[in-house]
Amino acid sequence: MDLAFFLIQLLNGLQYGLLLFLVSSGLTLVFGIMGIINLAHGSFYMVGAYLAWSLASMTGNLATAILLAIPLTVVLGMALERLLFRHLYSRDHLYQVLLTYGLILVFEELRSLIWGDDVHGVAVPALLNASIPLTENLSYPVYRLAISGVCLLLALALYFLIQKTRLGMMIRAGASNRDMVQSLGIDIKLIYTLVFALGVALAAFAGMINAPLSSVTPNMGSHVLIICFVVVVIGGIGSVKGAMAASLMIGLAETFGQVLVPEVAGMIVYVLMAIVLVWRPEGLFGRK
Amino acid sequence: MNNVRFSRSLPYAVIGLLAMFPMLDSTFYTQLLSKVLIMAIFAMSLDLLVGYTGLVSFGHAAYFGLAGYVLALLAAKFEAVSLWWSLPAAIGICVAFALATGMLVLRTRGIYFIMVTLAFAQMLFFVFHDTKLGGGSDGIYIYTKPTMNLGDTVLVNLEKLDQFYWLVLFCTAGTYFLLRRILGSSFGRALMGIKVNEHRMRALGFPVFRYQLASFALAGGLGGLAGYLAAVQFGFVNPEILSWHQSGAVLMMVILGGMGTLHGAVIGAFAFVLLQEVLSNQAWFGIAAKHWQLAMGILIMLVALYLPQGLAGLMNKFQRKPPPEAEEGADV
Amino acid sequence: MSEAILRTEGLTKRFGGLVAVSDVSLDLHVGEVHVVIGPNGAGKSTLTNLLSGDLPATSGRVMLDGRDIAGLSSDQISRMGVGRSYQKTNIFLPFTVFENARLAAQSRTPYALRVFSGAEQYEAINALASSALESAGLAHRAQRVAATLSHGEQRQLEIAMCLATQPRVLLLDEPLAGMGPHESQRMVELIGKLRSDHAIMLIEHDMDAVFALANRLTVMVNGEVLETGSPEQVRSSPAVQAAYLGGEELLHE
Repeated sequence: MDLAFFLIQLLNGLQYGLLLFLVSSGLTLVFGIMGIINLAHGSFYMVGAYLAWSLASMTGNLATAILLAIPLTVVLGMALERLLFRHLYSRDHLYQVLLTYGLILVFEELRSLIWGDDVHGVAVPALLNASIPLTENLSYPVYRLAISGVCLLLALALYFLIQKTRLGMMIRAGASNRDMVQSLGIDIKLIYTLVFALGVALAAFAGMINAPLSSVTPNMGSHVLIICFVVVVIGGIGSVKGAMAASLMIGLAETFGQVLVPEVAGMIVYVLMAIVLVWRPEGLFGRK
Repeated sequence: MNNVRFSRSLPYAVIGLLAMFPMLDSTFYTQLLSKVLIMAIFAMSLDLLVGYTGLVSFGHAAYFGLAGYVLALLAAKFEAVSLWWSLPAAIGICVAFALATGMLVLRTRGIYFIMVTLAFAQMLFFVFHDTKLGGGSDGIYIYTKPTMNLGDTVLVNLEKLDQFYWLVLFCTAGTYFLLRRILGSSFGRALMGIKVNEHRMRALGFPVFRYQLASFALAGGLGGLAGYLAAVQFGFVNPEILSWHQSGAVLMMVILGGMGTLHGAVIGAFAFVLLQEVLSNQAWFGIAAKHWQLAMGILIMLVALYLPQGLAGLMNKFQRKPPPEAEEGADV
Repeated sequence: MSEAILRTEGLTKRFGGLVAVSDVSLDLHVGEVHVVIGPNGAGKSTLTNLLSGDLPATSGRVMLDGRDIAGLSSDQISRMGVGRSYQKTNIFLPFTVFENARLAAQSRTPYALRVFSGAEQYEAINALASSALESAGLAHRAQRVAATLSHGEQRQLEIAMCLATQPRVLLLDEPLAGMGPHESQRMVELIGKLRSDHAIMLIEHDMDAVFALANRLTVMVNGEVLETGSPEQVRSSPAVQAAYLGGEELLHE
């Protein structure tokens, strides 16, 4: 494997990992703060991709489509939290699993009714439709670099939000002690709504920006969901830092696995998970 | 006291009635009922975990599918495989897989446990989906059904629907009585104790991990029994049989019927399979039947929100009996 | 004096920077009630959790019959004959009182793997459960669901479950908390009776009970042993009197 090829795989792995981080950070925050398991999180990714595709074909421009779609996904997230998830916080995980499983079926069928069951492609925006030549016959697409850049910016923003802002302080306090936060007069319900909507928007946004790279397919949500579960298990529930570390780890492992050992690439992430479970069942950055 | 005698003899009466069913001579309904009974075994095996041991597994389809694949791989193309050893082999491999993954997943609790069981089931999905071992995404056909011979005499001919149905009914009844027996034993009581208060069980001196592992392996083996029978019935296997939709469906059956009651799992399997048939019936719902999963999804959500004790809980409500467990759901 | 059945040496537990139990050495003998007192947060419950294996110790040893059991899991320690009750009632709420005790008794028997025989057909286990309930004064409640018991009765059940495991060492964490005067009296009598063939560690705030039962008294403050000895020695210790702000709380009888 020569250097340029290695570099391309490395960049691909990082880009995939960063994208996974966008989806799994919302998942781990919702797990950690509200204590609920959400199987439907992958559906948000799928909804994002389909929104990007349909709005882009209407407006003819992916950027406009994304700008239009983000508010929609935030509203979707707030509505779901208010109407459904709020009733589950005090319930056994079993019912959270069941309800969100039902929600997946609903999302899948609505997607089929609204957008059909076909596979679609989304064009890379003209502005970013270029390649950087690495060697004579290898080059790297600018759009992938742009995605990685956007993901990194969002990750930094998320870090800043959680560590440095008042809202982040309340989120952190809410994760460790719900009663205390409530007794301080903080509106925990509003925080939950915001965190949930943030998670939905992040997952959907990941689906939107990734739409030009991978085609928009009906079952794209479930694959991402399982990988994100593995990310959360490896990183530790509720840990955004852990989600970042595990996302990059899995992104690189899958990408290099596909190239080096394609037959067993699908299993690599699960082997990683098994190792972490033996070594640190609470995850790399999890609290014991 | 009459009531007790009634509820004791009810399972026998139900089995007796079901045994006479093939006399109606309806291929469609006998096939449908076979499917229901197979799903009942599957749901009971999950109820052992969810309803009695307090382990919410979202990867139970792994055993269902694994056993099916074991049969498909054992069944040679032209000669029928013997049920006598292929069934124990399928169940044995499921138990072994359950023991191996159980060692890992039982190190986790709560949300982790749910995610990890799902992830391991998904791993198996990819093994059969991505590699040549199980024919990839197309799956494998089982051209000839297994035979059940004693010496040279054919005991049961599984190509004959009625006989297959009776075998399935026998297995369902066997599973029911086996689990009833086990749950009434010291071992079963210990499992229930672990569900209610794992910490206290440990403090009392119970090696909790070993009990959970035994329960996990037993549930895996019985899930395998269901999967084997399903593979015989449908004549082919593909990765879909161990997909997470299958795990979700069986969990729905357990809760729909009322978990932790065993017969609830049977009722849930009946209700779920029939519902599926009705909702996807094109003659009744026309074009909407194609999107039957939408109605099913909404129904599942309604059950999760408003019917946590399932149909069994609903019946209790109508009879104004207090629920069997004073504080269900509070025992987390 | 008899050999100590359970002895700790330099037992220490740290939670991050906080030292909850610091260098505690004490011993328990059959025929003695060793009472541990101290203000809230002194580390008494943590000490119990270290002895029972509910928490792993940071350093130090726990010797049971001369064997170091620190680091063993709580179920292993329980099976070696160390029984404990919890400060916060920790029972099986949806089960009957009898089933609570029966499960506890079952943990001591080799029948666990006989998966085809009904759980209630083992006379020895049933008898053990019944006699534990009898001792704790709950025999008349045997068929009630545990969740429907009064708080005091749930405390009694807690003790009954502990007894049904036939321990040699009893670790009782505030057994009288939340009990009425009548029930408390009964519990004190029960502990007094158990003394003859058990080694008992008792954590208690009720000073009447403490002085009625204690053969040996240990005072803990901030995770450390302030004083240990006979009740008279401890009562007259200047350090203890200072720690208890004039000693009124301790000396008032």
